[in-house]
Amino acid sequence: MKQHTVQTTTKKKRLSRAVSSIEPSGIRRFFDLAATMEDCISLGVGEPDFVTPWNVREASMASLEQGYTSYTSNAGMIELRTAISGYMFDRFGVGYDPEEEIIVTVGASEAIDLAIRATIDPGDEVLVATPAFVSYEPLVTMSGAVPVPVPTDASTDFKLTKERLEAAITERSRAIILSFPNNPTGAVMNDVELQAIAEVAEAHDLLVFSDEIYAELSYDTPHTAFSALNRMRDRTVLISGFSKAFAMTGWRLGYVCAPNDITQAMLKIHQYSLMCAPTPAQHGALEALRNGRETVEKMTNSYRARRNYIVHALNEAGLTCRFPGGSFYAFPSVEATGMDDETFAEQLLIEEKVAVVPGSVFGKGGEGHVRCSYATSMDALQTATARIEAFVQRHAQ
Amino acid sequence: MAVTKEKELELIRILEHHGRIETDVLAKMLDENEDDVKNCMKKLEDEKIILSYGAIIDWNKVTTEDHIAAMIDVKVTPQREVGFDEVAARIQRFPEVTALYLMSGTYDLSVMVEGQTMEGVARFVSNKLSTLDAVLSTTTHFRLKKYKHDGVIFNQEEKDRRMVVSP
Ligand SMILES: Cc1ncc(COP(=O)(O)O)c(C=O)c1O
Repeated sequence: MKQHTVQTTTKKKRLSRAVSSIEPSGIRRFFDLAATMEDCISLGVGEPDFVTPWNVREASMASLEQGYTSYTSNAGMIELRTAISGYMFDRFGVGYDPEEEIIVTVGASEAIDLAIRATIDPGDEVLVATPAFVSYEPLVTMSGAVPVPVPTDASTDFKLTKERLEAAITERSRAIILSFPNNPTGAVMNDVELQAIAEVAEAHDLLVFSDEIYAELSYDTPHTAFSALNRMRDRTVLISGFSKAFAMTGWRLGYVCAPNDITQAMLKIHQYSLMCAPTPAQHGALEALRNGRETVEKMTNSYRARRNYIVHALNEAGLTCRFPGGSFYAFPSVEATGMDDETFAEQLLIEEKVAVVPGSVFGKGGEGHVRCSYATSMDALQTATARIEAFVQRHAQ
Repeated sequence: MAVTKEKELELIRILEHHGRIETDVLAKMLDENEDDVKNCMKKLEDEKIILSYGAIIDWNKVTTEDHIAAMIDVKVTPQREVGFDEVAARIQRFPEVTALYLMSGTYDLSVMVEGQTMEGVARFVSNKLSTLDAVLSTTTHFRLKKYKHDGVIFNQEEKDRRMVVSP
């Protein structure tokens, strides 16, 4: 691993305490290691292997040709917000006012940051259902608040339970961050399971930041939007974006739907920090929502088949792997090898040139597992799983 | 247990693009038992839903083989009772014909012909196709270059530009 020591001539402290207190992403370390290896097969990517659908790319180019090169309104083009509102209602049965309750953001990433910064004070506790997307805990820390991990594990199929959540709540708990379908476990929670969480949120008056960026990638059951649950709309900040469902990661376009007082607070930060999301991307996104249904379905069907394949293949290779209901990650246990997840991922990379991500970088509850993204070609998946099988056989206890 | 209708459709979709996938891999992709998948494929073959397992070849890259293709617009006189079907049935049997469609518009049949030389194709048109009684006229267009065929774009570099590891 590269070590950087920086010599500076300033006497005063140069870096903020908030930033100094957080670690670089654990994924970064694996990226550095894997990037140096030749012909490595990567199951380490957290993004679709599809290129953005052509009609979306075309719409964005057309908008450039027509000269749409200036800022849009802070909250995003009203046509796009209206389309998001319609999409939310049609797909998930929850309505939001495009004028007041929706903001178009620079990726779901920005939306998560805004949600935390707009509502949480230093010293507050924010519960994070883990394993989770790598940015939640650091963003909470950078806002001066305290992230409190609520681990989920294989015994409950990585679903969050009421008991686990209640055990982590204190006087200072203000909000909880949920993300189902989940990155990295692939777990989904149905309406009944979410309702149990909703009851706890209500009893303890918690805000719920529900990151539903993988909503379209729920393979066996329809997705339930948290805000569609009884009495939850008023306490939920629904975060989503175009990255995963529409294969638009590089476009940096997401959105947030929330009650008006929260979106208006978020909008203050957004207007001073980002001004607005990129205009050509907004035109592309509008096309994606208007005419993207069929392509999303095609991509989802393809992920489903690959999910089925990798889960069977990993189990045959000797790693216990549940059937994840959504997103595009399988999260097998590496227990059979007697290695911890970091060692497993590192050795697998060195010995077999297959990159997977150790589960513990996603927080408590991820230990002993690795994240295998199946958003890659069937050829790559077959080779990768054959190599994993050889590796496990060599190291099986 | 038989494969469900839904899975059957999924199987067809996969095979349409990846005809060579092994049945054990297919079974895993469909989350089905391998024997059931084999039976399902057999059934689809028997029902003539799956007609053949082909490869899409970029013949321009196979330098040892000369290859030429033409699309011929054909006007015909429809026959009493059977319409265009009878003349179509005669044309489709020629081995040179790789595809045949009934069209609306300025002509009736679109005939795709493939051969090794331009003379061969020309001979087919003049000796075989235009001598059929029902055929009134033919217009032959030779294909110069193939950009996209059956949903596959030719000469496209498929490179994974993503980082090896990402969030
Ligand atoms: C759960 C989750 N939320 C948000 C994001 C970031 O999405 P965006 O590209 O819209 O910023 C990711 C990306 O991996 C994710 O997995």
